[in-house]
Amino acid sequence: MSDHNYTPSSKFGKWFNDRLPLLTLANHLTDYPTPKNLNYWWTFGGILTFCLITQIITGLVLAMHYIAHADLAFSSVEHIMRDVNYGWLIRYIHANGASMFFLAVYIHIFRSLFYGSYKAPREIIWILGIMIYLLMMAAAFMGYVLPWGQMSFWGATVITNLFSAIPLVGESITTWLWGGYSVDNPTLTRFFTLHYLIPFLILGLVVLHIWALHVPGNNNPVGIDIQKPSKDTVPFHPYIVIKDLFALLLFMIVFAFFVFYSPNILGHADNYIEANPLVTPAHIVPEWYLLPFYAILRSIPDKLLGVVAMLSAIFILAALPWLDTSKVRSAVFRPLYKQFYWILVIDVLILGYVGAMPAEGLYLLIARVATAYYFLHFLLILPILGKIEKTTPLPLSITSPVLGGSADLAMAKNTDVRKEKL
Amino acid sequence: MSDKKKPNRRDFIFTATAAVGAVGAGAAAWPLIDQMNPDASVKALASTEVDVSSLQPGQSVTVLWRGKPVFIKRRTENEINEARNVNISDLKHPEKDEDRAKNPEWLVMLGVCTHLGCVPLGDKGEYGGWFCPCHGSHYDTSGRIRKGPAPTNLEIPKYEFVNSNTIKIG
Repeated sequence: MSDHNYTPSSKFGKWFNDRLPLLTLANHLTDYPTPKNLNYWWTFGGILTFCLITQIITGLVLAMHYIAHADLAFSSVEHIMRDVNYGWLIRYIHANGASMFFLAVYIHIFRSLFYGSYKAPREIIWILGIMIYLLMMAAAFMGYVLPWGQMSFWGATVITNLFSAIPLVGESITTWLWGGYSVDNPTLTRFFTLHYLIPFLILGLVVLHIWALHVPGNNNPVGIDIQKPSKDTVPFHPYIVIKDLFALLLFMIVFAFFVFYSPNILGHADNYIEANPLVTPAHIVPEWYLLPFYAILRSIPDKLLGVVAMLSAIFILAALPWLDTSKVRSAVFRPLYKQFYWILVIDVLILGYVGAMPAEGLYLLIARVATAYYFLHFLLILPILGKIEKTTPLPLSITSPVLGGSADLAMAKNTDVRKEKL
Repeated sequence: MSDKKKPNRRDFIFTATAAVGAVGAGAAAWPLIDQMNPDASVKALASTEVDVSSLQPGQSVTVLWRGKPVFIKRRTENEINEARNVNISDLKHPEKDEDRAKNPEWLVMLGVCTHLGCVPLGDKGEYGGWFCPCHGSHYDTSGRIRKGPAPTNLEIPKYEFVNSNTIKIG
């Protein structure tokens, strides 16, 4: 670590850095000590940065051709698809990019859940992350409204009507959101404005998220603190950079598969029908990444409580650092938590599945059980588990489980190598 | 220090400045918030007249009023009887059919599900009235909620018969 006493080698660099310490920042980011046992689940931060930048660039280009007006939006999107040079490609990247963004963020979140990355001293990183996730959902929802197809229109109607569940002021808030008595042109133009704004808010939060990360440093698969930076860490560049780039490459293959081979598989055919305020599509479903929360909303037969449950399901995550009472971070050393973790993963997948199915009969029953379990996991199981679980012994350092018995010798060698590099 | 006990002139000026500043900020924020509310031109699109002379008993028509669908249904004898013979205490949102349809033959109501705003489908559902496909709310032949997540009956807008063939909504 040479953060604070870094001096640029060139004269101009020194002159510049004395006035704006950008080079010090670059040096910090390059040398940033990273636990050397990070696995591929840790590459999704970089992948998410790529997703955000991709969405901003393709979105900027789409906005050059899109017309935010109830009468023109649908045909302007078709114009992008058919006439604009490479418009089809840019729109498909943007639309599938949203799905890829959520895919990556869910892996990123569940990685945190498994390795306890949300625990002290990383609570602020976690809460910033939840805020980013909330903004992502808002941006994705509003973006889905812009093509002004049937799903756009009715999705917007259903989601904005959630606010009408608020007692007393609900109706006024909904009217205010719409700018009229139903989802219409004023709604579309404001959604476009906000959809344009939110990615930049996310970008700001990402900077804070990374800043907060660089204070305590990364968590790692064994979840214990760094004992000696010289032994337990490698510099971010080139080690992590190369690993992140390799993972990004694999991720882009998946991304490209969707864009080029099945660009509409994650969408709904109904959205290629222009919005019609007189006809609701037979089966309204949100995009796949919102399905678990949609299932929670529908599982409760009361309007206000359904909305409260759905929002609680998201906000409960922000309280997670305090709900999980276990001092041990990584699930590797928590035999019981590890099992409950996988049950939660399955529970969320089930919620996602029933969220896509009609809300009746057996599906409704399954949704109710899964919703109850979701809250049970966070409100009951996690607080109790931390108190009663017998965890397995933690290794003494990040390095020791890798090197086994002859740790000292190997570590000494490792240090030498590092010294040479530096 | 003594200024902890007793506010001095400077404390007073600080508080007064902050208070005036807060009021000013609030006043400046209001136009930015209120611009999102429906303007006078939207509010003015208040009424629609509909010619219903061609509707036979059992038929219905859907018209757009303030951007929302309005169902106008000419009910059959059976449907009227069904709606009027319900035990009011069985209803989730108790309303008499007599209050909802002044002229029993004509039912005029907003075609907006009171749950989350979808358009219910006519002649469907377990009560022979309307069924909302989004989240499974069932309404009876008077548009009253009977089953499902919707909290209230389908809303009755303000309307009147201009003459025997024309309904004015709004």
